[in-house]
Amino acid sequence: MKISGAEAVIRCLLEEGVDLIYGYPGGAIMPVYDELYKFQDQLHHVLVRHEQGATHAAQGYARATGKVGVAIATSGPGATNLVTGIADAQIDSTPMVCITGQVGRHLLGSDAFQETDIIGISTPVTKWNFQVTEASQIPEIMAKAFYIARSGRPGPVLVDITKNAQFDEFEFSYEKCTGIRSYTPVPKLNLEKVAEAAALINSAKKPLIVFGQGIILGQAEDEFKAVVEKSGIPAAWTILGLSALPTDHPLNVGMLGMHGNYAPNLLTNECDVLIAFGMRFDDRVTGNLNTYAKQAKVVHFEIDPAEIDKNVKTEIAVLGDVKESLAALLPLLDAKSHDLWHNEFKALKEVEFNSVIKEELNPTNGKGISMGETVEMINKHSKGDAIIVTDVGQHQMFACRYAKFNSTKSNITSGGLGTMGFALPAAIGAKMGKPEREVVAIIGDGGFQMTIQELGTIFQTQVPVKIVILNNEFLGMVRQWQELFFDNRYASTKMINPNFVAIAEGYHIKSKKVTQREDLDEAVAEMLASKDSYFLEVMVEKENNVFPMIPTGACVSEIRLS
Amino acid sequence: MEDKTFTISVYSENNVGLLNRISGIFLKRHINILSLNVSESEIENVSRFIIVVNTTEKWVQNIVGQIEKQIEVIKAFYHTDEETIFLENALFKIASSLLFDEKQIQNIIKESQATIVTVSRDFFVISKSGRRSEIEELYAKFKPYGIMQFVRSGRISVSKQKMEISSLLESFK
Repeated sequence: MKISGAEAVIRCLLEEGVDLIYGYPGGAIMPVYDELYKFQDQLHHVLVRHEQGATHAAQGYARATGKVGVAIATSGPGATNLVTGIADAQIDSTPMVCITGQVGRHLLGSDAFQETDIIGISTPVTKWNFQVTEASQIPEIMAKAFYIARSGRPGPVLVDITKNAQFDEFEFSYEKCTGIRSYTPVPKLNLEKVAEAAALINSAKKPLIVFGQGIILGQAEDEFKAVVEKSGIPAAWTILGLSALPTDHPLNVGMLGMHGNYAPNLLTNECDVLIAFGMRFDDRVTGNLNTYAKQAKVVHFEIDPAEIDKNVKTEIAVLGDVKESLAALLPLLDAKSHDLWHNEFKALKEVEFNSVIKEELNPTNGKGISMGETVEMINKHSKGDAIIVTDVGQHQMFACRYAKFNSTKSNITSGGLGTMGFALPAAIGAKMGKPEREVVAIIGDGGFQMTIQELGTIFQTQVPVKIVILNNEFLGMVRQWQELFFDNRYASTKMINPNFVAIAEGYHIKSKKVTQREDLDEAVAEMLASKDSYFLEVMVEKENNVFPMIPTGACVSEIRLS
Repeated sequence: MEDKTFTISVYSENNVGLLNRISGIFLKRHINILSLNVSESEIENVSRFIIVVNTTEKWVQNIVGQIEKQIEVIKAFYHTDEETIFLENALFKIASSLLFDEKQIQNIIKESQATIVTVSRDFFVISKSGRRSEIEELYAKFKPYGIMQFVRSGRISVSKQKMEISSLLESFK
């Protein structure tokens, strides 16, 4: 049967099991939207308020479910508005397929209305991209797009489809992609390397595990927990690894990096063997590479060969699927408890608690509400079962530091790219992907205003996300740096904000503003009890800083408590 | 680690846009591509890029890894000058009158083992293959007499070691 390219796009999405996409219509993608109208029973399209919102929503959906998120937009500005989300998905390895309309083939290169070279623009930030100029290419390219987006180390793929290719008819048939000869998504596991790694780990006196999102992407949470528990090795996480291991697990020693916990950062430079799982030694995690874990032998379990020795020189690299590697590693490990070594973590945790955490969670001296205590209040009422979606900045660091998580895929944040404006649309996607779970977006007053228009999407779709704005009337993280490193010169970080509650109410979202500590408990309880979306603005202490902190370029063991 | 000259060889699918993807990896690190050559390889429908850069071994390792992970790249390698057989080609366009007026020109051509590609009433074209230094030497010799046009190709090279791309592609089937 002959069908149009536009219909083929929809049929390909259905073949790939897609039932929800985010997008915004426009001239060059109209044939596809016309088919969306016909297929609305099978494929739900969520109209966002800005294409950037479509990508972040697709990312939130992907991060919460593990499935491929899909965003769709028109040519020109529609396509360029996707770029931030695509870049975010690329650096955070999020599986996403973006479909853009393009001017007709005969107009390509002529500077036609809403023509932009989105292939050229998106090349550095996509795992793969392709411009379709003939309808008959659509099934093969869409199949490749989904295969590439989800396989191996996941990432974003962009398929640009010229308008003629959407209109033209062809004989449709679909075959899922199962392999591409030039692409090896998962390197073959070398069992000898696993044995070498096990021997080194077994010989270690002070081993430290550092884990990242690879555990979550590889669906290896159970295998990982088994390895941690059998080996008795303290395990610390990167912010994208957060929630892969429950936060209250006795062997979970906390967060790595710039605003991470005191013990794992300091002891990174004391351990004798550093075992990394599915993480890439980002500069926010390592600080100065010249003084990072130089005393340790490094074992790196990783799916992407390009990450081996990129930042940190490894002793043993175990390439492959982490689920398989962990399963192979487990029987080779000696059961240990490393009690003395754990005592070092406990002692330093105590130091951090007394000098930072205690005051953050229970501010004294008449200080205003802190971000940390707000997060703690959410913990109290969510009991650690909520998905927490954060933006970028101080609130993000407080949320990652203090949020409790019982289960995986619960922490959704913009890690590598640090995209302000990520959280609100990402929370929409997360909630739609996991409607049975509570989804709380925690956002700063700055980032909120970057994608505030997505309140319209929440209103239109009635998606019951909970939104907490931690309002300090500053771009807090930048202000903190200005205070610490730029002699208090607060250049353009003071925010004169609108009446947020009135705005949320304008979108008919139940709203409340909290300015006093004694009202926080009840407000958070009411928010989480709400069946509908809920907007909670919390006025927090204006000039609080996030500590501990490893200043840029400093060494992990130079972590400051104040 | 000090900078050295490395020849990067990339075997890839013949794909529009891949050059952009690969060059972007160098751009991000501010590495100037000293020479670039793209051609068909010994395998049907497989392209071969030869890219010459001056950088550290650590960076060239990183870059080759990042090139190799591109979907359409089959395999990427890097080699030092000692590990490859390489040459460049250059064309010199010179006024024909010099052949008669300047007897020395004929000697230069003979000694350099360059070949005359064409001779017309107004100009003649000389082709010279070899190492960069040989071409530069010839350039210096012609220079005093006046060169109408000069162009030098990118480096082409073959490795001394086996590449085994064919068996790699075979294993996919």
